[in-house]
Amino acid sequence: MSVDTATVRRVARLARIAVSDDDVAAMETELNAILGFVEQLAEVDVSGVEPMTSVIPMEMKKRQDVVTDGEKADDVVANAPASEDHFFMVPKVVE
Amino acid sequence: MSDLTALTIAEAREALVTKQTSAAELTDAYLAAIEAANPQINAYVKVTADKARAMAKASDGRIAAGEAGPLEGIPLGIKDLFATEGVHTQAASHILDGFEPRYESTVTANLFADGAVMLGKLNMDEFAMGSSNETSYYGAVKNPWRRKGSNLDLVPGGSSGGSAASVAARLCAGATATDTGGSIRQPAALTGTVGIKPTYGRCSRWGIVAFASSLDQAGPIARDVRDAAILLKSMASVDPKDTTSVDRDVPDYEAAVGRSVKGLKIGIPKEYRMDGMPAEIEAVWQKGIAFLKDAGAEIVDVSLPHTKYALPAYYIVAPAEASSNLARYDGVRYGLRVPGRDIADMYEKTRAAGFGHEVKRRIMIGTYVLSAGYYDAYYLQAQKVRTLIKRDFETVYADGIDALLTPATPSAAFGIGDQDMAADPVKMYLNDIFTVTVNMAGLPGIAVPAGLDDGGLPLGLQLIGRPFDEETLFSLGSVIEQAAGRFSPDKWW
Repeated sequence: MSVDTATVRRVARLARIAVSDDDVAAMETELNAILGFVEQLAEVDVSGVEPMTSVIPMEMKKRQDVVTDGEKADDVVANAPASEDHFFMVPKVVE
Repeated sequence: MSDLTALTIAEAREALVTKQTSAAELTDAYLAAIEAANPQINAYVKVTADKARAMAKASDGRIAAGEAGPLEGIPLGIKDLFATEGVHTQAASHILDGFEPRYESTVTANLFADGAVMLGKLNMDEFAMGSSNETSYYGAVKNPWRRKGSNLDLVPGGSSGGSAASVAARLCAGATATDTGGSIRQPAALTGTVGIKPTYGRCSRWGIVAFASSLDQAGPIARDVRDAAILLKSMASVDPKDTTSVDRDVPDYEAAVGRSVKGLKIGIPKEYRMDGMPAEIEAVWQKGIAFLKDAGAEIVDVSLPHTKYALPAYYIVAPAEASSNLARYDGVRYGLRVPGRDIADMYEKTRAAGFGHEVKRRIMIGTYVLSAGYYDAYYLQAQKVRTLIKRDFETVYADGIDALLTPATPSAAFGIGDQDMAADPVKMYLNDIFTVTVNMAGLPGIAVPAGLDDGGLPLGLQLIGRPFDEETLFSLGSVIEQAAGRFSPDKWW
């Protein structure tokens, strides 16, 4: 399988990365080189093989469903590019 | 004492306890070395001199009070991927500009609780994506090693290039690092240092900037095998904050250094003998086989038939997980924000400006292989192949093999700005051909220097162990180290 410029633009949109026309051309070549390399996986017979979910067999850890942390609003917004009254500020999303 | 930065961690520990030096003197010696060397080597992206001096002073107090921890007063460099409270933590990326977390990663908290001193944050490939430390927003790191009679700058490997270079150039006593496809072992091999990636789940991932969560593991880079064992003992823990942290006591790794390897069965996987492999890599591998044989180990030829599929499977699984993990960098909660006409435009512009080229490439690949219609063909297929790769290892271990010996890298250090690798991303990815299988199977692997090539550059060997059997790797690694000797670069900086 290989990607064309329309696919590169669609994937960039899904990934929320703005791309210029030059970027698209370069990425098309590079992505196709990588996809060409991974293509060889198709030749492996995986019939009856379970996909890997965890490299180390272990039981999911659980804890009591209680509050163990919190009251850290100052810390949470401390690194935000824009915040007000403990809210993250973003451009208007609803009219 | 004369040159304090020449001491290994074990030696410095002894010198501190016997009061031949103080933690303050030791830290000052490293800070002076960093000030002199960093403009050339570029291993540190942030030096925390004041914090280091304060930590060293506190260590001297604890030593005087007889309360010294296992790493008391030992000055370390910390990879920029580890969250350090109130200190520069940017994964060497532009998108995390100005990020200073309000919390400490479990691994660094463990080190500091044991008395370690932080000298600063170390350079790395952006978001740990790279094998040459050239993708860093802060510029390439230079390898302290140069080819005999040459002034050409070489890469230190990656992604933990700052960690490896700072250890090799004696700009810290030891360093933290992380390894997703070879990012501890490959730079260790290219700089003549020792690096171990422990079993998945041994070190907590809490507070480490995530790249590919099912593959990421922290580990140390150190000057010798003993120092690596000392550091891993402090870094490893059982952590309720990481659900993949494994509930097993941390053994005394240092006790395994120098332990007899007589009768151990060492597998030599035939699939690691690649077409076109340089003669010097084959030669150092044979040397390693001879060292272990001389020490009484039994050498057995084995087969890991799915080896060649590990790298292509990795380049589906890792970017897929990365595209998901890196979705959080959107200009809202931390780091860089580039304004846009609406929120989606702000996201897109922020991510376009904040991520470097390699990171974008991997996010794009990951997004593509997870997108509708391609998931089964790529991601599911890769995860099935991963099961087969792990099964290969389980089969040889079930046959009684204790560990495997392979080359660590397909070549010695290469030049900064290598044209072939810049032109073809897959060429750069091939650097991890011998290391990536270990991450795919979650196993422990150590890289130990085993000799120099014709140009005088270090070459490393890799030992791969059974799950949670890091101790055997330290025993075998110290045999190679004893036989091969230790290597340090001639100072040009």
